Amino acid sequence: MNEQHLVKMHFLSHPDRLCLIRVVVKRAAESMGCSEKLAEKMVLAVNEACMNIIQHAYKGDYSREIVLEILNNDNHIKFRITDHAEPVDLSCVKPRDLDDLRPGGLGTHFMQEIMDECAMGHLEGGRGNYIEMIKNINK
Amino acid sequence: MNITTREEGGFAILELEGEVDLSCSPEARKHILGNLEKGRDLLVDLSGVTYIDSSGVASLVEGYQNAKKQKLKFALVGVSESAMNVLELARLDKVFPIYTSLEERLREDS
Repeated sequence: MNEQHLVKMHFLSHPDRLCLIRVVVKRAAESMGCSEKLAEKMVLAVNEACMNIIQHAYKGDYSREIVLEILNNDNHIKFRITDHAEPVDLSCVKPRDLDDLRPGGLGTHFMQEIMDECAMGHLEGGRGNYIEMIKNINK
Repeated sequence: MNITTREEGGFAILELEGEVDLSCSPEARKHILGNLEKGRDLLVDLSGVTYIDSSGVASLVEGYQNAKKQKLKFALVGVSESAMNVLELARLDKVFPIYTSLEERLREDS
């Protein structure tokens, strides 16, 4: 089924912008009929993806750009988050063992736990990276 | 996010309020570790937390581990529903000592 673009927004890769991203994601999810609890989970997953970009892809450079796209059809909502950083080593992006108690490393776990599909990759020509996450919506 | 610290019942009580995300979790971490460095038993009150992400959770884990190393008491009290949902996703609700309220924790020592 064809997807439609709900949102395409460009944000500065600054931690202060995460609250704006969360507002956009929550409103988009609620407009699709998601419950508040589900919307909040999706907010967390997208926040974590953006945080990973700020901390790891851009290595703490707060002056770069994050592109958030939200697409939907009757069955799912899709979040595509893009950066323009150097291609990251995808083999390093994995959830940590939850029994290994240590600060950090939970972001990827949250994304995979909350979403039904979660994929990462490089943009063509080494122009950056993307994270694509899909949540199926039961209607 | 607002942070306030006070003392009660022999504990330092750290109250976090609002959204705890990457923009302010370093500040929360500083307060948590600062109290522990002073040798204070610490209760972190999360009743006013409306959102917490993995960077905020990491500060709590680091505090818990530091307290354990120093043999200090550390617990979370009054955890809001929103914060509890995140702790459960990380399976940390079974790791942290968690009390429904500050009073419940203080009663334990009386």
